[in-house]
Amino acid sequence: MDVVELNGWELAEKLKGGEITSRALTEAYLERIDAIDGRLRAYITVCREEALRQADEADRRLREKEGITPLTGMPVALKDIFSTKGIKTTCGSRILEGYIPPFDATVVERLKGAGAVIIGKLNMDEFAMGSSTENSAFFPTLNPWDPGRVPGGSSGGSAAAVSSAECVLSIGTDTGGSIRQPAALCGVVGLKPTYGLVSRYGMIAFASSLDQAGPIARCVRDCAITLTLIAGRDPKDSTSLHAPVHEYESHLDGNIKGMKIGIPEEYFIEGLHPEVEKAVGESIRVLEGLGAECVEVSLPHTEYAVSVYYLVATSEASSNLARYDGVKYGLRVDEGGGLLDMYKLTRDRGFGAEVKRRIMLGTYSLSAGYYEAYYRKASQVRTLMKRDFEEAFRMCDVILTPTSPTPAFRLGERLSDPLTMYLSDIFTISCNLAGIPGISVPCGFTEEGLPLGLQFLGRFLDEISILKVAHAYEEATEWHKKRPPLGKLLGEG
Amino acid sequence: MSITRRDVEHIAELSRLALTEEEVSLYTEQLKKILHYVEKLSSVDTRDIEPTTYTIPLQRRRRRDEVSPSLPPEEALKNAPERDKDCFKVPRIIE
Repeated sequence: MDVVELNGWELAEKLKGGEITSRALTEAYLERIDAIDGRLRAYITVCREEALRQADEADRRLREKEGITPLTGMPVALKDIFSTKGIKTTCGSRILEGYIPPFDATVVERLKGAGAVIIGKLNMDEFAMGSSTENSAFFPTLNPWDPGRVPGGSSGGSAAAVSSAECVLSIGTDTGGSIRQPAALCGVVGLKPTYGLVSRYGMIAFASSLDQAGPIARCVRDCAITLTLIAGRDPKDSTSLHAPVHEYESHLDGNIKGMKIGIPEEYFIEGLHPEVEKAVGESIRVLEGLGAECVEVSLPHTEYAVSVYYLVATSEASSNLARYDGVKYGLRVDEGGGLLDMYKLTRDRGFGAEVKRRIMLGTYSLSAGYYEAYYRKASQVRTLMKRDFEEAFRMCDVILTPTSPTPAFRLGERLSDPLTMYLSDIFTISCNLAGIPGISVPCGFTEEGLPLGLQFLGRFLDEISILKVAHAYEEATEWHKKRPPLGKLLGEG
Repeated sequence: MSITRRDVEHIAELSRLALTEEEVSLYTEQLKKILHYVEKLSSVDTRDIEPTTYTIPLQRRRRRDEVSPSLPPEEALKNAPERDKDCFKVPRIIE
Protein backbone atom coordinates (compact mmCIF):
# COMPACT_ATOMS: atom_id res chain seq x y z
CA MET A 1 0.00 0.00 0.00
CA ASP A 2 1.18 3.48 -0.89
CA VAL A 3 2.11 5.58 2.17
CA VAL A 4 -0.60 8.14 1.35
CA GLU A 5 -3.26 5.46 1.76
CA LEU A 6 -2.38 4.71 5.39
CA ASN A 7 -4.67 5.88 8.18
CA GLY A 8 -3.85 9.03 10.11
CA TRP A 9 -3.07 7.26 13.38
CA GLU A 10 -0.60 4.99 11.54
CA LEU A 11 1.09 7.98 9.92
CA ALA A 12 1.23 9.77 13.29
CA GLU A 13 3.36 6.93 14.65
CA LYS A 14 5.70 7.13 11.66
CA LEU A 15 6.02 10.90 12.02
CA LYS A 16 6.64 10.70 15.75
CA GLY A 17 9.19 7.92 15.35
CA GLY A 18 11.05 9.89 12.67
CA GLU A 19 10.35 7.20 10.05
CA ILE A 20 8.96 9.80 7.70
CA THR A 21 9.00 13.60 7.67
CA SER A 22 5.96 15.81 7.28
CA ARG A 23 7.62 17.37 4.23
CA ALA A 24 8.00 14.00 2.51
CA LEU A 25 4.44 13.07 3.41
CA THR A 26 3.07 16.40 2.19
CA GLU A 27 5.01 16.01 -1.06
CA ALA A 28 3.57 12.52 -1.47
CA TYR A 29 0.01 13.86 -1.16
CA LEU A 30 0.80 16.72 -3.55
CA GLU A 31 2.03 14.10 -6.04
CA ARG A 32 -1.19 12.13 -5.66
CA ILE A 33 -3.16 15.34 -6.27
CA ASP A 34 -1.05 16.11 -9.35
CA ALA A 35 -1.65 12.60 -10.66
CA ILE A 36 -5.43 12.39 -10.34
CA ASP A 37 -7.06 15.67 -9.43
CA GLY A 38 -7.08 17.01 -12.98
CA ARG A 39 -9.80 14.43 -13.56
CA LEU A 40 -11.30 13.89 -10.07
CA ARG A 41 -11.51 17.63 -9.27
CA ALA A 42 -11.92 17.37 -5.51
CA TYR A 43 -9.83 20.52 -4.90
CA ILE A 44 -10.77 24.10 -5.65
CA THR A 45 -7.44 25.37 -4.29
CA VAL A 46 -4.21 23.46 -3.56
CA CYS A 47 -2.03 25.34 -1.05
CA ARG A 48 1.31 24.01 -2.26
CA GLU A 49 3.86 26.48 -0.88
CA GLU A 50 1.92 27.25 2.26
CA ALA A 51 1.55 23.50 3.00
CA LEU A 52 5.26 22.80 2.55
CA ARG A 53 6.12 25.71 4.82
CA GLN A 54 3.73 24.35 7.47
CA ALA A 55 5.22 20.86 6.98
CA ASP A 56 8.73 22.18 7.69
CA GLU A 57 7.46 23.87 10.82
CA ALA A 58 5.76 20.60 11.87
CA ASP A 59 9.01 18.72 11.28
CA ARG A 60 10.78 21.17 13.58
CA ARG A 61 8.11 20.60 16.26
CA LEU A 62 8.44 16.84 15.86
CA ARG A 63 12.25 17.00 16.09
CA GLU A 64 12.20 19.25 19.13
CA LYS A 65 9.25 17.35 20.68
CA GLU A 66 7.37 20.62 21.09
CA GLY A 67 3.59 20.32 21.62
CA ILE A 68 3.13 17.24 19.45
CA THR A 69 -0.48 16.16 18.80
CA PRO A 70 -1.74 13.22 16.72
CA LEU A 71 -2.25 15.68 13.84
CA THR A 72 1.19 17.30 13.95
CA GLY A 73 2.63 17.16 10.44
CA MET A 74 -0.53 15.63 8.98
CA PRO A 75 -1.78 16.91 5.59
CA VAL A 76 -5.42 17.83 6.16
CA ALA A 77 -7.80 19.47 3.67
CA LEU A 78 -10.81 21.70 4.29
CA LYS A 79 -14.17 22.08 2.64
CA ASP A 80 -14.03 25.50 0.98
CA ILE A 81 -16.67 26.77 3.43
CA PHE A 82 -14.05 27.43 6.16
CA SER A 83 -12.49 30.88 6.18
CA THR A 84 -8.72 30.66 5.79
CA LYS A 85 -6.59 33.72 6.39
CA GLY A 86 -4.87 34.78 3.18
CA ILE A 87 -6.27 31.85 1.17
CA LYS A 88 -9.13 32.27 -1.29
CA THR A 89 -12.42 30.98 0.14
CA THR A 90 -15.29 30.50 -2.32
CA CYS A 91 -18.02 28.44 -0.60
CA GLY A 92 -18.47 27.02 -4.11
CA SER A 93 -20.01 30.31 -5.27
CA ARG A 94 -19.31 33.04 -7.82
CA ILE A 95 -20.67 35.63 -5.42
CA LEU A 96 -17.52 35.29 -3.29
CA GLU A 97 -15.31 35.87 -6.32
CA GLY A 98 -11.91 37.17 -5.28
CA TYR A 99 -12.68 36.90 -1.56
CA ILE A 100 -9.63 36.37 0.64
CA PRO A 101 -10.60 36.12 4.31
CA PRO A 102 -8.63 38.30 6.73
CA PHE A 103 -9.06 35.69 9.49
CA ASP A 104 -9.10 31.93 10.17
CA ALA A 105 -12.21 29.98 11.23
CA THR A 106 -11.87 28.61 14.77
CA VAL A 107 -11.66 25.05 13.37
CA VAL A 108 -8.76 26.13 11.15
CA GLU A 109 -7.05 27.92 14.02
CA ARG A 110 -7.30 24.76 16.15
CA LEU A 111 -5.99 22.50 13.38
CA LYS A 112 -3.04 24.83 12.81
CA GLY A 113 -2.44 24.99 16.55
CA ALA A 114 -2.31 21.18 16.62
CA GLY A 115 0.37 21.30 13.92
CA ALA A 116 -1.75 20.03 11.01
CA VAL A 117 -0.68 20.96 7.47
CA ILE A 118 -3.49 22.63 5.50
CA ILE A 119 -2.99 21.19 2.03
CA GLY A 120 -5.98 22.72 0.26
CA LYS A 121 -9.63 23.71 -0.05
CA LEU A 122 -12.20 21.25 -1.32
CA ASN A 123 -15.09 21.45 -3.75
CA MET A 124 -18.68 21.58 -2.54
CA ASP A 125 -22.22 22.40 -3.57
CA GLU A 126 -22.62 26.18 -3.60
CA PHE A 127 -23.24 27.35 0.00
CA ALA A 128 -23.49 23.65 0.95
CA MET A 129 -26.84 23.43 -0.81
CA GLY A 130 -26.98 20.10 -2.57
CA SER A 131 -26.41 16.37 -2.32
CA SER A 132 -24.10 15.74 -5.28
CA THR A 133 -21.51 18.57 -5.48
CA GLU A 134 -22.94 19.31 -8.94
CA ASN A 135 -24.15 22.67 -7.61
CA SER A 136 -20.56 23.91 -7.30
CA ALA A 137 -20.28 27.09 -9.37
CA PHE A 138 -16.94 25.84 -10.72
CA PHE A 139 -17.06 22.15 -11.67
CA PRO A 140 -18.49 18.84 -10.45
CA THR A 141 -16.30 16.39 -8.51
CA LEU A 142 -16.31 12.74 -9.60
CA ASN A 143 -16.79 9.68 -7.42
CA PRO A 144 -13.41 7.89 -7.09
CA TRP A 145 -15.14 4.49 -7.28
CA ASP A 146 -16.89 5.30 -10.56
CA PRO A 147 -16.09 8.52 -12.46
CA GLY A 148 -19.56 8.46 -14.05
CA ARG A 149 -21.16 9.02 -10.67
CA VAL A 150 -21.44 11.81 -8.09
CA PRO A 151 -19.45 11.73 -4.84
CA GLY A 152 -22.52 12.92 -2.90
CA GLY A 153 -22.71 16.30 -1.26
CA SER A 154 -22.49 18.88 -0.18
CA SER A 155 -19.03 17.91 1.17
CA GLY A 156 -18.38 15.85 -1.99
CA GLY A 157 -14.85 17.17 -2.51
CA SER A 158 -14.03 16.36 1.13
CA ALA A 159 -15.21 12.75 0.84
CA ALA A 160 -13.68 12.14 -2.62
CA ALA A 161 -10.29 13.54 -1.54
CA VAL A 162 -10.13 11.26 1.52
CA SER A 163 -11.33 8.22 -0.41
CA SER A 164 -8.71 8.67 -3.16
CA ALA A 165 -5.94 9.53 -0.65
CA GLU A 166 -5.43 13.14 -1.78
CA CYS A 167 -5.20 14.01 1.94
CA VAL A 168 -5.12 12.09 5.23
CA LEU A 169 -8.46 13.44 6.35
CA SER A 170 -10.68 16.41 5.73
CA ILE A 171 -13.12 18.64 7.54
CA GLY A 172 -16.60 18.96 6.10
CA THR A 173 -19.86 20.49 7.28
CA ASP A 174 -23.24 18.86 7.73
CA THR A 175 -26.56 20.73 7.69
CA GLY A 176 -28.79 17.86 6.57
CA GLY A 177 -26.34 15.04 5.88
CA SER A 178 -23.56 16.81 3.99
CA ILE A 179 -20.77 14.94 5.82
CA ARG A 180 -22.43 11.53 6.23
CA GLN A 181 -24.04 11.11 2.81
CA PRO A 182 -20.88 11.80 0.72
CA ALA A 183 -18.85 9.69 3.19
CA ALA A 184 -21.25 6.80 2.50
CA LEU A 185 -21.16 7.31 -1.27
CA CYS A 186 -17.34 7.46 -1.31
CA GLY A 187 -16.70 4.57 1.11
CA VAL A 188 -15.18 6.57 3.99
CA VAL A 189 -16.14 7.53 7.56
CA GLY A 190 -17.93 10.83 8.27
CA LEU A 191 -18.89 12.23 11.67
CA LYS A 192 -21.41 14.98 12.39
CA PRO A 193 -20.99 15.99 16.03
CA THR A 194 -23.74 17.27 18.33
CA TYR A 195 -24.93 20.76 17.39
CA GLY A 196 -22.75 23.27 19.22
CA LEU A 197 -19.83 20.94 20.00
CA VAL A 198 -17.59 22.35 17.26
CA SER A 199 -17.42 26.13 16.78
CA ARG A 200 -19.13 27.59 13.71
CA TYR A 201 -17.05 30.79 13.83
CA GLY A 202 -15.61 31.44 10.37
CA MET A 203 -17.62 28.64 8.81
CA ILE A 204 -19.75 30.33 6.16
CA ALA A 205 -23.37 30.08 7.32
CA PHE A 206 -26.11 28.18 5.51
CA ALA A 207 -28.70 27.30 8.21
CA SER A 208 -27.41 28.43 11.58
CA SER A 209 -29.53 26.13 13.78
CA LEU A 210 -28.41 23.04 11.82
CA ASP A 211 -24.85 23.64 10.52
CA GLN A 212 -22.10 21.65 12.21
CA ALA A 213 -18.49 20.87 11.23
CA GLY A 214 -16.92 17.45 11.52
CA PRO A 215 -14.19 15.13 10.24
CA ILE A 216 -14.17 12.79 7.23
CA ALA A 217 -11.48 10.09 7.40
CA ARG A 218 -10.58 6.57 6.27
CA CYS A 219 -11.25 5.09 9.73
CA VAL A 220 -13.26 5.79 12.88
CA ARG A 221 -10.16 6.28 15.01
CA ASP A 222 -9.02 9.23 12.87
CA CYS A 223 -12.45 10.86 13.27
CA ALA A 224 -12.27 10.40 17.06
CA ILE A 225 -8.78 11.89 17.25
CA THR A 226 -9.73 14.87 15.09
CA LEU A 227 -12.91 15.59 17.02
CA THR A 228 -10.98 15.91 20.29
CA LEU A 229 -8.73 18.50 18.66
CA ILE A 230 -11.42 20.65 17.00
CA ALA A 231 -14.26 20.47 19.57
CA GLY A 232 -14.90 22.74 22.52
CA ARG A 233 -16.32 26.03 23.66
CA ASP A 234 -15.51 29.08 21.60
CA PRO A 235 -16.49 32.53 22.89
CA LYS A 236 -16.72 33.72 19.26
CA ASP A 237 -19.73 31.43 18.63
CA SER A 238 -22.72 32.18 20.88
CA THR A 239 -24.21 28.72 20.12
CA SER A 240 -21.02 26.92 21.12
CA LEU A 241 -21.70 24.59 24.07
CA HIS A 242 -20.05 24.64 27.47
CA ALA A 243 -19.58 20.88 27.27
CA PRO A 244 -16.69 18.62 28.17
CA VAL A 245 -14.50 17.44 25.28
CA HIS A 246 -13.48 13.81 25.69
CA GLU A 247 -10.47 11.78 24.68
CA TYR A 248 -12.80 9.94 22.33
CA GLU A 249 -10.05 7.65 21.05
CA SER A 250 -9.53 6.11 24.49
CA HIS A 251 -13.09 4.71 24.39
CA LEU A 252 -12.54 2.69 21.22
CA ASP A 253 -12.03 -0.69 22.87
CA GLY A 254 -14.16 -2.81 20.54
CA ASN A 255 -16.38 -3.92 23.40
CA ILE A 256 -20.07 -3.41 22.68
CA LYS A 257 -21.43 -6.35 24.64
CA GLY A 258 -24.87 -5.51 25.96
CA MET A 259 -25.09 -2.26 24.01
CA LYS A 260 -28.66 -1.66 22.86
CA ILE A 261 -29.02 -0.74 19.21
CA GLY A 262 -32.36 0.66 18.10
CA ILE A 263 -33.62 -0.11 14.60
CA PRO A 264 -36.34 2.35 13.52
CA GLU A 265 -38.92 0.69 11.28
CA GLU A 266 -39.62 4.00 9.53
CA TYR A 267 -36.19 3.88 7.89
CA PHE A 268 -36.78 0.63 6.06
CA ILE A 269 -39.18 1.97 3.50
CA GLU A 270 -40.21 1.53 -0.08
CA GLY A 271 -37.58 3.13 -2.29
CA LEU A 272 -34.73 1.77 -0.19
CA HIS A 273 -32.29 0.21 -2.66
CA PRO A 274 -32.28 -3.61 -2.23
CA GLU A 275 -28.49 -3.78 -2.00
CA VAL A 276 -28.52 -1.10 0.73
CA GLU A 277 -31.17 -3.04 2.62
CA LYS A 278 -29.18 -6.27 2.33
CA ALA A 279 -25.90 -4.69 3.49
CA VAL A 280 -27.58 -3.02 6.47
CA GLY A 281 -29.32 -6.28 7.38
CA GLU A 282 -25.98 -8.09 7.35
CA SER A 283 -24.36 -5.43 9.50
CA ILE A 284 -27.08 -5.92 12.12
CA ARG A 285 -26.03 -9.57 12.32
CA VAL A 286 -22.37 -8.57 12.66
CA LEU A 287 -23.24 -6.29 15.58
CA GLU A 288 -25.33 -9.00 17.24
CA GLY A 289 -22.38 -11.34 16.80
CA LEU A 290 -20.33 -8.83 18.80
CA GLY A 291 -22.81 -9.05 21.67
CA ALA A 292 -24.97 -6.01 20.96
CA GLU A 293 -28.70 -6.29 21.43
CA CYS A 294 -30.88 -5.00 18.61
CA VAL A 295 -34.30 -3.64 19.51
CA GLU A 296 -37.09 -2.17 17.40
CA VAL A 297 -37.77 1.51 17.98
CA SER A 298 -40.12 3.97 16.34
CA LEU A 299 -39.52 7.49 15.06
CA PRO A 300 -43.07 8.23 13.93
CA HIS A 301 -42.47 11.69 12.46
CA THR A 302 -39.70 10.56 10.11
CA GLU A 303 -41.90 10.99 7.03
CA TYR A 304 -42.07 14.75 7.70
CA ALA A 305 -38.31 15.22 8.01
CA VAL A 306 -37.67 16.38 4.44
CA SER A 307 -40.57 18.87 4.57
CA VAL A 308 -39.51 20.30 7.92
CA TYR A 309 -35.91 20.52 6.80
CA TYR A 310 -36.57 22.29 3.50
CA LEU A 311 -38.69 24.94 5.24
CA VAL A 312 -36.42 25.49 8.26
CA ALA A 313 -33.10 25.37 6.38
CA THR A 314 -34.26 27.60 3.52
CA SER A 315 -35.80 30.14 5.90
CA GLU A 316 -32.54 30.42 7.79
CA ALA A 317 -30.60 30.54 4.52
CA SER A 318 -32.71 33.35 3.09
CA SER A 319 -31.76 35.44 6.10
CA ASN A 320 -28.09 34.36 6.25
CA LEU A 321 -27.50 35.00 2.54
CA ALA A 322 -28.89 38.54 2.71
CA ARG A 323 -25.33 39.62 3.52
CA TYR A 324 -24.18 39.07 -0.08
CA ASP A 325 -25.01 42.47 -1.46
CA GLY A 326 -21.94 43.51 -3.44
CA VAL A 327 -20.81 46.04 -0.83
CA LYS A 328 -18.24 44.59 1.55
CA TYR A 329 -16.66 41.69 -0.36
CA GLY A 330 -17.07 39.46 -3.38
CA LEU A 331 -18.81 40.13 -6.65
CA ARG A 332 -20.47 43.42 -7.57
CA VAL A 333 -22.52 43.88 -10.74
CA ASP A 334 -23.32 47.55 -11.25
CA GLU A 335 -24.92 48.71 -14.48
CA GLY A 336 -25.54 52.27 -13.30
CA GLY A 337 -29.15 51.74 -12.16
CA GLY A 338 -28.57 52.73 -8.55
CA LEU A 339 -28.10 50.86 -5.28
CA LEU A 340 -31.16 48.61 -5.34
CA ASP A 341 -30.45 47.61 -8.91
CA MET A 342 -26.85 46.81 -7.97
CA TYR A 343 -28.03 44.50 -5.16
CA LYS A 344 -30.44 42.65 -7.41
CA LEU A 345 -28.06 42.21 -10.33
CA THR A 346 -25.19 41.13 -8.07
CA ARG A 347 -27.34 38.51 -6.39
CA ASP A 348 -28.94 37.26 -9.58
CA ARG A 349 -25.58 36.83 -11.36
CA GLY A 350 -23.62 35.72 -8.28
CA PHE A 351 -25.89 32.95 -6.99
CA GLY A 352 -26.54 29.69 -8.83
CA ALA A 353 -29.95 28.19 -9.55
CA GLU A 354 -30.26 26.02 -6.42
CA VAL A 355 -29.21 28.83 -4.08
CA LYS A 356 -31.75 31.21 -5.63
CA ARG A 357 -34.43 28.53 -5.41
CA ARG A 358 -33.75 28.08 -1.70
CA ILE A 359 -33.60 31.82 -0.97
CA MET A 360 -36.99 32.15 -2.68
CA LEU A 361 -38.53 29.22 -0.79
CA GLY A 362 -37.19 30.52 2.53
CA THR A 363 -38.33 34.08 1.87
CA TYR A 364 -41.77 32.74 0.97
CA SER A 365 -42.08 30.59 4.08
CA LEU A 366 -41.10 33.53 6.31
CA SER A 367 -43.26 36.11 4.53
CA ALA A 368 -46.41 37.69 5.90
CA GLY A 369 -49.40 35.40 5.50
CA TYR A 370 -47.35 32.23 5.08
CA TYR A 371 -45.17 32.24 8.18
CA GLU A 372 -47.70 30.37 10.36
CA ALA A 373 -48.42 27.68 7.79
CA TYR A 374 -44.82 27.07 6.79
CA TYR A 375 -41.94 28.19 9.03
CA ARG A 376 -43.82 28.02 12.33
CA LYS A 377 -45.58 24.77 11.49
CA ALA A 378 -42.26 23.19 10.47
CA SER A 379 -40.63 24.35 13.71
CA GLN A 380 -43.45 22.75 15.69
CA VAL A 381 -43.09 19.43 13.88
CA ARG A 382 -39.37 19.75 14.57
CA THR A 383 -40.25 19.65 18.30
CA LEU A 384 -42.16 16.41 17.73
CA MET A 385 -39.21 14.91 15.86
CA LYS A 386 -36.89 15.81 18.71
CA ARG A 387 -39.29 14.13 21.15
CA ASP A 388 -39.35 11.01 18.94
CA PHE A 389 -35.61 10.66 19.49
CA GLU A 390 -35.89 11.27 23.23
CA GLU A 391 -38.50 8.49 23.42
CA ALA A 392 -36.46 6.11 21.25
CA PHE A 393 -33.31 6.66 23.30
CA ARG A 394 -35.14 5.40 26.40
CA MET A 395 -35.08 2.00 24.70
CA CYS A 396 -31.57 1.99 23.21
CA ASP A 397 -28.07 3.49 23.37
CA VAL A 398 -27.63 4.18 19.65
CA ILE A 399 -29.88 4.06 16.59
CA LEU A 400 -28.84 2.27 13.40
CA THR A 401 -30.08 3.25 9.92
CA PRO A 402 -28.84 3.24 6.33
CA THR A 403 -27.00 6.52 5.60
CA SER A 404 -28.42 6.98 2.11
CA PRO A 405 -31.35 5.19 0.45
CA THR A 406 -29.26 4.48 -2.68
CA PRO A 407 -25.60 4.13 -3.68
CA ALA A 408 -23.95 6.96 -5.66
CA PHE A 409 -26.17 8.12 -8.53
CA ARG A 410 -25.06 9.13 -12.01
CA LEU A 411 -23.86 12.66 -12.76
CA GLY A 412 -26.76 14.74 -14.04
CA GLU A 413 -29.37 12.16 -13.05
CA ARG A 414 -31.18 14.26 -10.43
CA LEU A 415 -30.19 17.77 -11.53
CA SER A 416 -33.42 18.74 -13.25
CA ASP A 417 -35.63 17.56 -10.39
CA PRO A 418 -34.89 19.39 -7.11
CA LEU A 419 -37.38 17.36 -5.09
CA THR A 420 -35.81 13.98 -6.00
CA MET A 421 -32.43 15.46 -5.09
CA TYR A 422 -33.84 16.59 -1.71
CA LEU A 423 -35.02 13.03 -1.00
CA SER A 424 -31.38 11.82 -1.15
CA ASP A 425 -31.06 13.21 2.38
CA ILE A 426 -34.09 11.45 3.81
CA PHE A 427 -32.14 9.38 6.38
CA THR A 428 -29.64 12.02 7.48
CA ILE A 429 -31.85 15.10 7.99
CA SER A 430 -33.59 14.15 11.27
CA CYS A 431 -30.27 14.06 13.12
CA ASN A 432 -29.63 17.75 12.34
CA LEU A 433 -33.18 18.79 13.21
CA ALA A 434 -32.80 17.10 16.61
CA GLY A 435 -29.24 18.41 17.13
CA ILE A 436 -27.86 14.94 17.93
CA PRO A 437 -24.61 13.34 16.66
CA GLY A 438 -24.37 10.88 13.75
CA ILE A 439 -21.68 8.89 11.98
CA SER A 440 -21.53 6.98 8.70
CA VAL A 441 -19.20 3.99 8.23
CA PRO A 442 -18.64 1.78 5.16
CA CYS A 443 -20.82 -1.35 5.31
CA GLY A 444 -20.40 -3.05 1.96
CA PHE A 445 -20.44 -2.66 -1.81
CA THR A 446 -22.99 -3.13 -4.55
CA GLU A 447 -22.37 -5.77 -7.20
CA GLU A 448 -21.07 -2.96 -9.41
CA GLY A 449 -18.53 -2.06 -6.73
CA LEU A 450 -20.12 1.09 -5.31
CA PRO A 451 -19.62 1.67 -1.57
CA LEU A 452 -22.52 1.68 0.90
CA GLY A 453 -22.82 3.38 4.29
CA LEU A 454 -24.28 2.53 7.67
CA GLN A 455 -25.37 5.33 10.02
CA PHE A 456 -25.35 5.40 13.82
CA LEU A 457 -27.18 8.18 15.66
CA GLY A 458 -26.52 8.96 19.31
CA ARG A 459 -27.99 10.85 22.23
CA PHE A 460 -27.26 14.56 22.60
CA LEU A 461 -23.50 14.88 23.30
CA ASP A 462 -22.99 11.10 23.34
CA GLU A 463 -20.33 10.95 20.64
CA ILE A 464 -18.61 8.24 22.65
CA SER A 465 -21.32 5.60 22.04
CA ILE A 466 -21.57 6.12 18.28
CA LEU A 467 -17.79 6.19 17.85
CA LYS A 468 -17.49 3.07 19.97
CA VAL A 469 -20.06 1.05 18.05
CA ALA A 470 -18.83 2.33 14.67
CA HIS A 471 -15.28 1.35 15.61
CA ALA A 472 -16.31 -2.10 16.86
CA TYR A 473 -18.19 -2.68 13.60
CA GLU A 474 -15.18 -1.49 11.58
CA GLU A 475 -12.83 -3.81 13.47
CA ALA A 476 -15.12 -6.76 12.69
CA THR A 477 -15.33 -6.00 8.95
CA GLU A 478 -12.96 -5.32 6.06
CA TRP A 479 -14.95 -2.73 4.09
CA HIS A 480 -12.95 0.28 5.26
CA LYS A 481 -9.72 -1.30 4.03
CA LYS A 482 -10.79 -1.23 0.38
CA ARG A 483 -9.42 1.58 -1.73
CA PRO A 484 -10.96 2.84 -4.99
CA PRO A 485 -9.36 1.76 -8.30
CA LEU A 486 -7.65 4.95 -9.44
CA GLY A 487 -6.71 3.71 -12.92
CA LYS A 488 -9.59 5.54 -14.58
CA LEU A 489 -8.51 8.83 -13.01
CA LEU A 490 -4.86 8.65 -14.08
CA GLY A 491 -3.22 10.14 -17.11
CA GLU A 492 -5.76 12.78 -18.00
CA GLY A 493 -4.41 15.45 -15.63
CA MET B 1 -52.35 27.41 -1.37
CA SER B 2 -50.79 27.30 -4.81
CA ILE B 3 -47.99 29.70 -5.64
CA THR B 4 -48.53 32.01 -8.63
CA ARG B 5 -46.23 33.84 -10.99
CA ARG B 6 -47.10 37.06 -9.20
CA ASP B 7 -46.11 35.54 -5.85
CA VAL B 8 -42.76 34.54 -7.31
CA GLU B 9 -42.16 38.05 -8.65
CA HIS B 10 -43.02 39.44 -5.22
CA ILE B 11 -40.67 37.04 -3.41
CA ALA B 12 -37.91 37.82 -5.90
CA GLU B 13 -38.35 41.50 -5.04
CA LEU B 14 -38.18 40.74 -1.30
CA SER B 15 -35.12 38.53 -1.92
CA ARG B 16 -33.43 41.26 -3.97
CA LEU B 17 -33.04 39.00 -6.98
CA ALA B 18 -33.35 40.37 -10.53
CA LEU B 19 -34.85 37.21 -12.02
CA THR B 20 -35.23 36.81 -15.77
CA GLU B 21 -38.62 35.90 -17.26
CA GLU B 22 -37.45 32.31 -17.76
CA GLU B 23 -36.32 32.08 -14.15
CA VAL B 24 -39.70 33.31 -12.92
CA SER B 25 -41.44 30.60 -14.98
CA LEU B 26 -39.05 27.86 -13.84
CA TYR B 27 -39.24 28.80 -10.15
CA THR B 28 -43.04 29.08 -10.24
CA GLU B 29 -43.25 25.48 -11.46
CA GLN B 30 -40.56 24.11 -9.13
CA LEU B 31 -41.78 25.92 -6.01
CA LYS B 32 -45.31 24.73 -6.76
CA LYS B 33 -44.07 21.12 -6.64
CA ILE B 34 -41.99 21.62 -3.50
CA LEU B 35 -44.82 23.42 -1.68
CA HIS B 36 -47.21 20.68 -2.70
CA TYR B 37 -44.83 18.14 -1.14
CA VAL B 38 -44.49 20.04 2.15
CA GLU B 39 -48.29 20.40 2.37
CA LYS B 40 -48.23 17.05 4.20
CA LEU B 41 -47.19 18.96 7.34
CA SER B 42 -50.71 20.34 7.62
CA SER B 43 -51.95 16.88 8.61
CA VAL B 44 -49.77 16.87 11.77
CA ASP B 45 -51.54 17.89 14.95
CA THR B 46 -49.37 20.61 16.49
CA ARG B 47 -51.84 22.14 18.93
CA ASP B 48 -50.02 23.38 22.05
CA ILE B 49 -46.64 22.33 20.62
CA GLU B 50 -43.90 24.90 21.12
CA PRO B 51 -41.76 25.47 18.04
CA THR B 52 -38.07 24.47 18.18
CA THR B 53 -35.82 27.10 16.64
CA TYR B 54 -32.61 25.92 18.30
CA THR B 55 -31.94 22.49 19.81
CA ILE B 56 -29.84 23.94 22.60
CA PRO B 57 -30.89 26.43 25.26
CA LEU B 58 -29.76 29.86 24.11
CA GLN B 59 -28.72 32.14 26.90
CA ARG B 60 -28.38 35.83 26.64
CA ARG B 61 -25.01 36.49 28.13
CA ARG B 62 -23.68 39.89 28.98
CA ARG B 63 -20.08 40.72 28.63
CA ARG B 64 -18.07 43.61 29.95
CA ASP B 65 -17.99 46.59 27.66
CA GLU B 66 -14.26 46.49 27.11
CA VAL B 67 -12.22 47.38 24.09
CA SER B 68 -10.71 44.24 22.56
CA PRO B 69 -8.59 43.75 19.44
CA SER B 70 -10.55 43.86 16.19
CA LEU B 71 -9.83 43.87 12.47
CA PRO B 72 -7.85 46.97 11.43
CA PRO B 73 -9.71 49.11 8.82
CA GLU B 74 -7.18 48.27 6.11
CA GLU B 75 -7.83 44.54 6.55
CA ALA B 76 -11.60 44.98 6.77
CA LEU B 77 -11.66 47.00 3.54
CA LYS B 78 -9.29 44.77 1.58
CA ASN B 79 -12.09 42.78 -0.05
CA ALA B 80 -14.31 45.76 -0.87
CA PRO B 81 -15.43 45.91 -4.52
CA GLU B 82 -15.06 49.69 -4.25
CA ARG B 83 -13.82 51.94 -1.48
CA ASP B 84 -13.23 55.58 -0.71
CA LYS B 85 -10.59 56.20 1.97
CA ASP B 86 -11.80 54.23 5.03
CA CYS B 87 -15.32 53.65 3.71
CA PHE B 88 -17.12 51.09 1.54
CA LYS B 89 -18.35 52.90 -1.54
CA VAL B 90 -21.83 52.17 -2.94
CA PRO B 91 -23.73 53.61 -5.92
CA ARG B 92 -25.32 57.00 -5.28
CA ILE B 93 -28.52 56.75 -3.22
CA ILE B 94 -29.64 60.41 -3.07
CA GLU B 95 -29.69 62.40 -6.29
